[in-house]
Amino acid sequence: MEDRSQTRRDFMKMMSMGAMAALSLGSLSCTRAQVEAFLQKHFREMTEAEKKEAIRRLEETYFRKYGKKFHISTQPADTAVLWGYGLDLSRCIGCRRCVYACVKENNQSRSNPQLQWIRVVRLKDGSLINLENTEHYYNPEKVPEPGFQYMPVQCQHCENPPCVRVCPVHATWKEPDGIVVVDYNWCIGCRYCMAACPYKGRVFNWGQPNIPPEELNTEVHYLGNRPRMKNVVEKCTFCIQRVRNGRYPACVEACPTGARKFGNLLDPDSEIRYIIENKRVFRLKEDLNTEPKFYYFFSA
Amino acid sequence: MEAWIFFKKTIRMVFVGTKVYYLWCAFLLAIIGIAISFYMKQLDAGLIITNMKDQVSWGLYLGNFTYLVGVAAAAVLLVIPAYIYHFDPIKEIVVLGELLAASAIIMALMFVLADLGRPDRFWHIVPFIGILAFPDSLLAWDVIVLNGYLVLNTIVPIYILVKTYFGKEPVRKYVIPLVLLSIPWAVGIHTVTAFLYNGLAARPFWNASILAPRFLASAFCSGPAMALIIFQILRKTAGLKIKNEALFKVAELMAYAMFVNLFLLGAELFKEYYSGTIHLAPMQYLFQGLHGHDSLVPWIRSAMVMNITAFLIFLIPATRTNLLTLNIGSLLIIVGVWIEKGLGLIVPGFIPDPLGEIYEYLPNVNEIAISLGIWAFGLFIFTLFMRIAIPIQRGDFSHSKYAREAGRTQYERSNQ
Ligand code: SF4
Ligand code: SF4
Repeated sequence: MEDRSQTRRDFMKMMSMGAMAALSLGSLSCTRAQVEAFLQKHFREMTEAEKKEAIRRLEETYFRKYGKKFHISTQPADTAVLWGYGLDLSRCIGCRRCVYACVKENNQSRSNPQLQWIRVVRLKDGSLINLENTEHYYNPEKVPEPGFQYMPVQCQHCENPPCVRVCPVHATWKEPDGIVVVDYNWCIGCRYCMAACPYKGRVFNWGQPNIPPEELNTEVHYLGNRPRMKNVVEKCTFCIQRVRNGRYPACVEACPTGARKFGNLLDPDSEIRYIIENKRVFRLKEDLNTEPKFYYFFSA
Repeated sequence: MEAWIFFKKTIRMVFVGTKVYYLWCAFLLAIIGIAISFYMKQLDAGLIITNMKDQVSWGLYLGNFTYLVGVAAAAVLLVIPAYIYHFDPIKEIVVLGELLAASAIIMALMFVLADLGRPDRFWHIVPFIGILAFPDSLLAWDVIVLNGYLVLNTIVPIYILVKTYFGKEPVRKYVIPLVLLSIPWAVGIHTVTAFLYNGLAARPFWNASILAPRFLASAFCSGPAMALIIFQILRKTAGLKIKNEALFKVAELMAYAMFVNLFLLGAELFKEYYSGTIHLAPMQYLFQGLHGHDSLVPWIRSAMVMNITAFLIFLIPATRTNLLTLNIGSLLIIVGVWIEKGLGLIVPGFIPDPLGEIYEYLPNVNEIAISLGIWAFGLFIFTLFMRIAIPIQRGDFSHSKYAREAGRTQYERSNQ
């Protein structure tokens, strides 16, 4: 409960802010960069020159805001690649190191709101598929605990993604290499995609994201881990900034048990193809026809 | 030129009125003012000032939106009795119904705007200027049909009013087709809004084919209920001529609609509870509570009591034709359906979330203040509409008379 004087002060502050906003509209006090960002086109409709211009503007904004030089890539997809992910449930111990590696790599807001793209849930042995019995806020002394299974869930990069179908402005789409991305500058924050995703693959910046400047990752992709603004959705991109450069996603690298696998589904010699062909593999909620490219399997 | 003079006169018209009129407008404006200050806060801090979370990412705003689309859809159905029972004058009902629908749509659109995280990017959804994902996204469909409906429900009444003002009969050849078109269109807007939720396989609570029919049935109760109350208020305060029989006829139609609504609900409850699959969870959360979480239970249960009571009131001729019980029934329906279609529809859709998490959402002060502001704004718009429409229809505000009227008020003022 707020106390009354606090509320009143807030009220006064708001009233004066309202007046300020009205006045500044009149005096056109917006900076040019703000106006340009406002008028910016959808990423996929930009020419190369416009992309360059947008990148320059962004780098400048980030420098002003964080005092750091960013490198923003727009590297496109390689057409000979379709990314797939494998997760070995017999190895996952629920330590959630992937979660924190992801937060760090992808510049997710650390507090108010705290965002995480990966969710590791705990299930009692024997009830793996029934996600209605998950526990989200377990905190054991030691992992793994006997009698439990852990299941990390993140965006499954569906081949047939309902989140993309529902977006009223095409702010989110599937790239040729199968990665589902968001243009943070085009998203209107309606959250329809969140309602449509069966895997809780998307999170929303309910407020201004908070990242301590010293923890920022400045190697970013335009469609991936660049710092976001408030009130837009974001999601796992398989670390688009890394995988398009021949590296593994951060979660794959961070996993201490090697439960996480990643590779090119189009390459018959890849590890991911070996897993799909030789292990007991399943995908979540296959009955919904979303065709996830995220494969859970058991090696033991 | 004539049109410009008419426009100027209407503007002047809304600034004069009785003391009650001024008080009412001041009251609404005060609520709107407070709501604006809360909205400024939301613009500044973001939607974090609401109680919504990733787990329940739509709440009170979208609940109100859904309800109001229903009101808008149903208000136009007042037009049907006008044709079936040949009330005289038809135009009065048409004009009131359509202006009520227009006000409801304006509110509904404002609720969508309030729910948008980035209202500054609103233009992205405007056809031709932004990118409208038509026909993929049902939200894009909704934008189109709602705006079309708004246009339809403003041009017809404006046309009729302007004609009447100049003392001419509206040309039926123009009015009737548009009015007839607005009836299926009304069904359309509510169906599209239902499909918005209905199409999401990720949310079993909405992904039931009975959803759109249920939407329509409940809308055909709440919309007319609101109209019944408004008609009586306007009859008392603004000299609107409307016969009791008209009200009772509408009430009779509402009894049928309520029957269908309750029946469809029963059908859905049967399917969920008898088969008892995991898809029962949201229903259980709503009606009984799930794993000890039950904040919506008292709401939905009282809504059920209200809806059933209202159904009985409207079913029994003696209570239907008694203005006191009729009004009680109408209020019960307005509130009952609001709970059922607002919180009771949107929130359980998200509970439990796709990974089984339960977050109990109830709106907070910020959301309530902003929502009340939008309602006040809608009522304000409607009041202004009525301020013009009723005098025109009564014949007090017309081309020839206006000059004399203006002269008289000026005379009265100078004598004060
Ligand atoms: S998991 Fe969800 S967010 Fe990811 S592609 Fe599928 S529907 Fe979209
Ligand atoms: S929240 Fe953004 S990405 Fe999601 S549907 Fe709305 S506009 Fe599209």
